[in-house]
Amino acid sequence: MLYREAGQFKTSYATDQAVFPILQDRIGILIILVIAFVGVPLIGNDFLTNAVMIPFLIFSLAAIGLNLLTGYTGLLSLGTGAFMGVGAYACYKLTTLFPNVNIIIWVIASGFFSAAVGVMFGLPSLRIKGFYLAIATLAAQFFLEWCFIRIPWLYNYNVSAAIEVPQRELFGIIITGPRASAETRYLIVLTIVTVMTWMASNIVHGRIGRMWMAVRDMDIAAELMGIRLLPTKLLAFAVSSFYCGVAGALLVFLWYGGAESTVFSINESFTVLFMIIIGGLGSLLGSFLGAALIYILPIVLRFVPPKLGLPLHAATVEHMTFMITGALIVFFLIAEPAGLARLWQIGKQKLRVWPFPY
Amino acid sequence: MDILYKIFLDPFVQMGTAPDLFVQTLWEGMVGGVLYALIALGFVLIFKASGVFNFAQGIMVVFAALTLVGLYNAGVPAFLALGLTIAVMFALAFTVERVVLRPLINQPDIILFMATFGLTYFLIGFGEFVFGGDPKVMITEQLHLPKGTVTFKAFGGIISLQKLDIAAAVIASIMVAGLAVFFSKTRIGRALRAVADSHEAALSVGISLEQIWVIVWFAAGLVALVTGIMWGARSDVSFALDVIALKALPVLILGGLTSIPGAIVGGLIIGIGEKLWEFYWGPLIGGGTDAWFAFVIALVFLLFRPQGLFGERIIERV
Amino acid sequence: MRATGGPEVAVGDVLLSVENVSLAFGGVKAVSDVSFDIRKGEIRAIIGPNGAGKTSMLNIINGFYHPQRGRITFKGQTRARMRPHDAAYGGIARTFQNVALFRGMTALDNIMAGRTLKMHSNFFWQLIRYGPATREEVDHRHRVEEIIDFLKIQEIRRVPVGRLPYGLQKRVELGRALAMEPELLLLDEPMAGMNLEEKEDMSRFVLDVNDYYGTTIALIEHDMGVVMDLSDRVVVLDHGIKIADGTPDAVKQNQAVIDAYLGVAH
Repeated sequence: MLYREAGQFKTSYATDQAVFPILQDRIGILIILVIAFVGVPLIGNDFLTNAVMIPFLIFSLAAIGLNLLTGYTGLLSLGTGAFMGVGAYACYKLTTLFPNVNIIIWVIASGFFSAAVGVMFGLPSLRIKGFYLAIATLAAQFFLEWCFIRIPWLYNYNVSAAIEVPQRELFGIIITGPRASAETRYLIVLTIVTVMTWMASNIVHGRIGRMWMAVRDMDIAAELMGIRLLPTKLLAFAVSSFYCGVAGALLVFLWYGGAESTVFSINESFTVLFMIIIGGLGSLLGSFLGAALIYILPIVLRFVPPKLGLPLHAATVEHMTFMITGALIVFFLIAEPAGLARLWQIGKQKLRVWPFPY
Repeated sequence: MDILYKIFLDPFVQMGTAPDLFVQTLWEGMVGGVLYALIALGFVLIFKASGVFNFAQGIMVVFAALTLVGLYNAGVPAFLALGLTIAVMFALAFTVERVVLRPLINQPDIILFMATFGLTYFLIGFGEFVFGGDPKVMITEQLHLPKGTVTFKAFGGIISLQKLDIAAAVIASIMVAGLAVFFSKTRIGRALRAVADSHEAALSVGISLEQIWVIVWFAAGLVALVTGIMWGARSDVSFALDVIALKALPVLILGGLTSIPGAIVGGLIIGIGEKLWEFYWGPLIGGGTDAWFAFVIALVFLLFRPQGLFGERIIERV
Repeated sequence: MRATGGPEVAVGDVLLSVENVSLAFGGVKAVSDVSFDIRKGEIRAIIGPNGAGKTSMLNIINGFYHPQRGRITFKGQTRARMRPHDAAYGGIARTFQNVALFRGMTALDNIMAGRTLKMHSNFFWQLIRYGPATREEVDHRHRVEEIIDFLKIQEIRRVPVGRLPYGLQKRVELGRALAMEPELLLLDEPMAGMNLEEKEDMSRFVLDVNDYYGTTIALIEHDMGVVMDLSDRVVVLDHGIKIADGTPDAVKQNQAVIDAYLGVAH
């Protein structure tokens, strides 16, 4: 009864093609943005912001990146961790070489480095498809991981092979380094993620999104319709790696504060892949939902059972996280391959006619 | 000039001047290759029979090894533990078929592939939960696997081969031969090949898919157990995900997903290639190259021959 | 002169011709030394028993299969093999035997996808969805809506195509091909699996496309009634070889065709 389209007529193609044609959706987005930008800093405590919201946003961004490549274009990639790493290390080199340039600029610029590497490793997609392409992305993952250790120049010859984030400021406020406040970092991450999500949404709702989905659904027909496969696929690799690279830079610079090569291992790749499988392949909303579920799960497991009187070992929490994640993957693939996003859609559908059953 | 010498000449010179080292490295590579091949074999079996690319094969290897050791450490005598582990693997195969595969029968391959990822993660968590995450020692003595080394003089120097490695090579060869015969000569083997070609067609001639799948998963479980024992005997039994399942993937690329001899040849090429590359060229670029060498080879192969050495050419129809 | 006696489109010069084209897959000869042409404005039928090489022929024209021998001349330009991109940009569109729609998208999006080759706004405008990008979307939406009106599929615009019944899927696929504003439209068994009413609708659409847009049509079809009524000329293939080429009446009476394909009582 609240969520209804009746009475909302579209009188032009422009309004009909809008991303959120239904008024209630627009209001909903607005409310979410208000809560995110104003509510969380005001109400949330440092722990919530630092341990939950910031990484959730960063992983959502990485999930969007992978979703563009795997969900929308149908190219399975297991190299997400490495592409995130390229972004992080690129940002590190850029800011240590040119410390006076604004760090935000370097965060965005590092995305381009990641995009370039992504395109390079995406070239094989001209001849290889599906599962085989996944193997090629594994080559990228392991090779780049090796580079992160074996090229000392990348971590400025630091003895421990780790990178440490230097302090940087924006308009006089410290935003990176140990003295940056959680709130500041949160707002910056939130802004970047919001803008990039908006852009991703614009792309997938337009010509490029259709081209990607065409390549995913039936690349032969797409080719015969004049869509050039290689440039389309490479564009997907480029944009996807850009997003993952920025996510990686944000991960290191605005959350961890430092990193070693193990941060960007194959496990990261799998984690992000699981996020988009559970959240919904081919859905931006799904990227957020999946990131939330996968990321929040271990936190919930760590804190809720003790409150219910069942304290769990840290190791047990990790084991249970693996088990539940694996089980969820299998469950979703069987029951609802379109993930949480589809469940959400079904829910909205029911809301449309509520309180009537159909 | 110096660089060119270092890359193109020096390694071969080294191989020539110290042939015993070369043969030693070759041997180690071969043994590694045999183990990769065994894992790949498990993949090929399941893929041939059900068309499912069971990414979880790697974790089944670890799981089998862990179960064996876990049972022994809990007091069960070695050979009984072996038998029980086989039973456990069978139960695992049965459960996986029922819970994961059956509901996904008509889904596209990529979905099945991803489901086996999920299965892998689940088994990792479950295995660590039941057996604990610390590395364990394989019960080689109790299984009467040979210990010690065989040393002899050859090629101007000394070569020492681990007896265990020799045993591994022999056992692997027997398994491969057995499987090859099974596939081509027996009724069930033929049924398996029918199922691999087309599920619907096999059903229509009365082949019971479920029965076949259970048999195949069990066979794969057996292969996994043997692999697990061999692997665990050479190094500890632990959950290094990337080494186990993922390394077998380049082997499959080389050998083709559906070929048993391909898995063997692919395994040997990757195993030997990896070892030689790391030993002779690795030091030039900082070492640790065996992390990615296999994958880069696979990548190069895919660019020129996507179906692998032995696989069938893929022809697309509109 | 078509059997329907409807308004005749002036049939012009040769638009596309294939000369001595041969295609083999390993040992299987799909097409052997086939030559025929298609004139501008006509409706050309390609018929023959299953496995005759008809779809392979279309795939060759599209550039999806590359013949080992022979040449293809399209709009005056001769090539040894067509490339899919050149075919599409040159104005060749097609539908497929097994409905190759993009299942993850709605009917509207599928047809809009057909406009891709006409859309040029660059990446930057796409990113911010403003200015040239939105203008282009709206402009092309107009054209797509014309096609939707023509094919009478207004109600199913927003339905994901996977959920549509077969007949409607075929119509959407036709719409997607039309969105490319093709000069040559290749239809691979557009009436397969349809009942009489649906066939009549589709036949009417095919004729209208030819009349209204002036599109040249090459059509693979098994229903002899449709072929005889709709087409101007017919090519008959059997086991990859051309066994007849001419007007529907001539072909109907050709002994070789009767033996291979038609049987007697036609």
